[in-house]
Amino acid sequence: MHEFSLICSLLETVIESAEKNGIKNVTRVKLIVGECHGALPEALSFAFNSLCPDTVCHGAALDIDIKEGVLLCTACGHKFPYAVLQNMCPGCGSFNPEIISGRELLLEYFEGE
Amino acid sequence: MKVILATDLIGVNTAKGEHNRDFLDKYGILTINMISSPGAGKTTLLEVIMKALKDKYNFGVIEGDLYTSRDARRLLDHARAVVQINTCGICHLNAEMVARALEGMPLDSLDIIIIENVGNLVCPAAFYLGETCKMAVLSVPEGSDKPAKYPELFKEARTVVINKSDLLPYTDFDLPGCIKELREINPEAEIFVVSARTGEGVENLLGWLEERVKRVSPVD
Repeated sequence: MHEFSLICSLLETVIESAEKNGIKNVTRVKLIVGECHGALPEALSFAFNSLCPDTVCHGAALDIDIKEGVLLCTACGHKFPYAVLQNMCPGCGSFNPEIISGRELLLEYFEGE
Repeated sequence: MKVILATDLIGVNTAKGEHNRDFLDKYGILTINMISSPGAGKTTLLEVIMKALKDKYNFGVIEGDLYTSRDARRLLDHARAVVQINTCGICHLNAEMVARALEGMPLDSLDIIIIENVGNLVCPAAFYLGETCKMAVLSVPEGSDKPAKYPELFKEARTVVINKSDLLPYTDFDLPGCIKELREINPEAEIFVVSARTGEGVENLLGWLEERVKRVSPVD
């Protein structure tokens, strides 16, 4: 459900930048979603399509790339891939990993004319 | 034409949250973002906390609900200021909503602001509001598996309150197991087992809160 808020922030940013750059019609928006973030691509697309009409983004395509999550064990320094509900370090068995990549929700660029 | 933005969308909210934090720091206000499932007892716990401490500290409350101002009305007698935010369907508070709520509060005269977030264990954890710390509230009838199922919130919380301890004898809530899992998810969290209804364990939580208020002083 919070995908709607995120798409609101996205639209705010794109609309403002389109205006500054004299773009009347946005055709493509590129978003990078980190695996650890928890935002669902389907829900993001749904929110985008629902909120776009009546804006400069009407009819634009939303491209979403998923970025892999990587965790770092704070006890032994071992790096391992993110998996839902997996907090245990496969190296030493401790439970307090830090997310070092895959947390972002990045509006990378948009295209338009 | 292609326009590169590289804007972190979560960062848009976080930046607004940091702005709130700077503002609250200037007034030396301890701000707690209270998060739980619906019905975990946040409002009752707040009533108990404020009843016990309102002669010592001035409380402000920002009450987040999808609809109605029922909770805010319950708290009017105990707080110096209560602002109700109705999110009208949105499942969490964000920093912008809190900024607008702060505009209507007498910040000069407040020591503690408690933000009672919308009842939800998932989304509120992702939105920084400018709080000093997060307090997660988990209640016994929800089951002891919640920290493991919703680790994001319990990882971020500075303190975890296990409420409705008076119901422990009537449920199969595994208290030692729950605390063990909480420690695995967040070794540094302070954990309090309380019953807002009977008052059991509340004393320790009040002690923690007083300790935190003393640590916050106005920034010159």
